[in-house]
Parts: sequence; C-alpha cells; structure tokens
Amino acid sequence: MEVLLFGIAKDIVGESLIQFSESEKVPTSVSELKQMISETYPEFGKLSSLAVAVNSEYARDDVPLDRNDEIAIIPPVSGG
Amino acid sequence: MSEKIVEIVDKIDTSQVFTELSDAHSGGICVFVGTVREFTQNEKVMSLEFEAYQKMALKEMDKIASDAKEKWKLNKVIIRHAVGLKKVEAPVVVVGASSAHRDACFEACRYLIDTLKETVPIWKKELFENKTVWVSAHP
Repeated sequence: MEVLLFGIAKDIVGESLIQFSESEKVPTSVSELKQMISETYPEFGKLSSLAVAVNSEYARDDVPLDRNDEIAIIPPVSGG
Repeated sequence: MSEKIVEIVDKIDTSQVFTELSDAHSGGICVFVGTVREFTQNEKVMSLEFEAYQKMALKEMDKIASDAKEKWKLNKVIIRHAVGLKKVEAPVVVVGASSAHRDACFEACRYLIDTLKETVPIWKKELFENKTVWVSAHP
C-alpha cells in the first residue's frame, strides 16, 4: 500500500510517499492510517488539520482502505 | 453556451482571461487575480512555491466551478491556478465568471476564490531570507 505525501507532510516524513509492505501492519481505514502516521511521525499531531483523500476525494474517518486505492495525506491546504 | 475552464499551469497569463470569459449573452465579467505579496507580517518574502495534488485539485476546482454555475446564472467560469516558484507580484491564481448582469458574477467570483482556498489541495510555501514556512500548516 502506498500513501502519497504533499506539502508539509512530505517534509515531515522526508519522502514523497509512505509504503506499507504486505508483511507489516497495513491500515484498514482512514482513522487507522491517521493514527499510525501520527504515532510514527508525531509532527502530524501539531498540524492545524489532517485530512486523507481516497481515490482523489476527501474521505471521512470511517472509510475503509484497500491496497489498490490511491491514498493521499492532505495537510492544511493553502492555495490561492 | 455554458462553459467551464479549470486548469493548473506553470505560468499565468492574465491577458487571456477577458477573451476566455467574453460572451455575447454577458453584460458583465468579474475577475479576481491572486498575486505574490512582498511582506507577510513585516517579514520580507523572497518568493512563494506552490505544490498541487494535481489530479484531486482539478477535481475539486471542477466541483467549485459547477457549484457556482448552479448557484448563479453564469455564462462562463474560469479557475486557473499556477504551481512552481513565483516571485513577488507574479499572478498565482485567476478566477472569474461572466453573466448577463453584474450581481451574479461579482458574487460568484468571491465564492470561487473563497472555496478554492478552503478545499483545493494546493500548498503554498513562503521563502524568506533565512527560512521557509508552509502557510497555514500550524495553528
């Protein structure tokens, strides 16, 4: 499973994506993903907000994750 | 007749927008251009860098343009955002609408930029002399 990273999320992790290999624990929902990355990278907890997109749509915490989904971490947006 | 332009580009040419929104059924065109300001809270900004989650950003921009067309009677709508490194005074976003009468395009224009800032996955980094800051990242 791959998770795309943008903006400050990329800086926090130091990579442009997080890879979960089949052998390790893979998040099964949006809330589990948020929890797992916040534990590994506590800097995520300091952000104004943290959203997740599944297949390029904002996804609520209860949305399940499949390894074929396109998943992205969406830190606070600041376009315009 | 009803037309939407939604784009992410490397460089914005603000002279295009009038022609793009011009329409025989419109008596008014309203455009907002967002540009790079030199000072943020008294600190001198060298440049801004914009990054987009392109696929999702285009989807969200398209939703905003469609929503605006539902809320107001608009003939043409445009949302164009730039990515990459932008110097002071450079245009970074253009939104606009044309309509039969001015009220609709004025209101729509404000909606387009305000909603873009809330929902579109684009990120802005301020580059100062000695540091860089992702805008709005922290409370």
